Amino acid sequence: MTVSRAVTDWIGFKTILIRETNRIVRIWGQTIVPPAVTATLYFIIFGSLIGRRVGQIGGYDYMQFIAPGLIMMQVITNSYANVVSSFFGAKFGKHIEELLVSPLPNWLIVAGYCMGGIIRGLLVGLVVTVVALFFTHLRLAHVPATIAAVLLTSIVFSLGGFINGMFAKNFDQISWFPTFVLTPLTYLGGVFYSVTMLPDWAHIATHANPILYMVSAFRYGFLDSSDVDLRLAFGIMIGAAAGMFTLAVVLMNRGSGIRD
Amino acid sequence: MHALVLRQLTKIYKNGIHALKGIDLVVEEGDFFALLGPNGAGKTTAIGIVTSLVNKTSGFVEVFGHDIDRELAVAKSCIGIVPQEVNFNQFETVHTIVVNQAGFYGIPRPLAKQRAQKYLQQLQLWDRRNSIARSLSGGMKRRLMIARALMHEPRLLILDEPTAGVDIEIRRSMWEFLRDINGSGTTIILTTHYLEEAENMCRSVAIIDCGQIIERDSMANVLRKLQAETFVFDLRKPCSVAPQMPGFTTSLPDSHTLEIEVTNKQSLNAIFAQLTAHGIEVASMRNKVNRLEELFVRLVDAGTRK
Repeated sequence: MTVSRAVTDWIGFKTILIRETNRIVRIWGQTIVPPAVTATLYFIIFGSLIGRRVGQIGGYDYMQFIAPGLIMMQVITNSYANVVSSFFGAKFGKHIEELLVSPLPNWLIVAGYCMGGIIRGLLVGLVVTVVALFFTHLRLAHVPATIAAVLLTSIVFSLGGFINGMFAKNFDQISWFPTFVLTPLTYLGGVFYSVTMLPDWAHIATHANPILYMVSAFRYGFLDSSDVDLRLAFGIMIGAAAGMFTLAVVLMNRGSGIRD
Repeated sequence: MHALVLRQLTKIYKNGIHALKGIDLVVEEGDFFALLGPNGAGKTTAIGIVTSLVNKTSGFVEVFGHDIDRELAVAKSCIGIVPQEVNFNQFETVHTIVVNQAGFYGIPRPLAKQRAQKYLQQLQLWDRRNSIARSLSGGMKRRLMIARALMHEPRLLILDEPTAGVDIEIRRSMWEFLRDINGSGTTIILTTHYLEEAENMCRSVAIIDCGQIIERDSMANVLRKLQAETFVFDLRKPCSVAPQMPGFTTSLPDSHTLEIEVTNKQSLNAIFAQLTAHGIEVASMRNKVNRLEELFVRLVDAGTRK
């Protein structure tokens, strides 16, 4: 790639990023506020009301235990939702063609949309963290692990949203995956409990759920303890991110769902 | 240099529709080119392939010497496209839409803002730059798409029915604007259903029907091929029956209107001589339809009969 090509590609990438960030800010009532409200309700109901009766998990009170899980849950949901709605909206409104006719390479279009999802995921994660601080004390035990876990998770689910957006033919199809796959996996991924509390069969089955590794790695960053092997957890996240990015670019190159 | 070369371009859609059946087409740099054809003829498919919105089945496309299979990014950066349907984000402002589009082509933001001002002013949209695109009228949306297509100052501008649904005053100002753009060196390919527009603006023409090019020549040569055309004479005094005029086919749609078909071997002087002999006084005369339209209909009808 020539230097001038790299410069023009960089400007193109920045433009997608500006557009995506402006969209997140423009519709803040849909993007930032709802996760804050939901998280507050979770902290009140599960943390303050039910949590008092649960007692401690792994030496931490219940509120401290679920806080990283709740943050991660919102990161997952929002990274995914941002890209799937933005990309499918662009497809539906045909303004995806603005990018398709431009000289931007497909991998950069994928990266631009994905970056938008990461920004929203991290922004919402930050908001929920601030909400959590009103209910409990949080201390970061391992900053690099926390950052790596949240970043990789938002990358994976942004790419998931992108792939869903490519395949989706109508608005129903962009809600199927979050409803029937993402939400169950998130709730069963150790957000509200430690997998050590599960019976043997459920303990084994839960290890097939990738969200368990993400939540556990993130929780390790706060609590210095994890339900899973961290090397395996980061390996899964890196592998999933690389695999899904490759798949998204291949689909773009083929024009699946966007080119006749 | 050739602005666009298509060789044996074929497109078969998944539903089996054979939209393009191996078309060959060359558009010279600097030309103002009309690509005409009835609905479903393959115009938009051909444009879609050139702009990479449609995957070709086979064939070769070159834009200013850049093969789209090997140098797609360079080829794309030479093209500006004004599509048939509105395809911008209707919730963004006019200014944001054009500045972002420049960004996708690698134009730095300060320069993009300068160009946005230039093109939005030229297309009389500067006052509406902060309006949400959804609030624009149909004509304004069309002009916005033209401004957007020009933001990276393409060497080839493709307009797919740019004046559809636009009132005559704005249409004429758009024609003037496009002539200026072409005059400054930009090659223009235009598809339109207003054949008067194509005849007035374009120097070359190709007619496509059922996925095949059925005519390709300069506009002047194409018009010369018109074997016969119908003239309408507005009569000063009413007439009850159409006059018998040897060599001419006449009809009388109403008492003050006489239609006469004239072949390209006959002269108008002969008509007037015969009309004078019949004591018919003519107030005015015009073509029944514009010449390109007449030729277009005949060619397409002939193709349909085949």
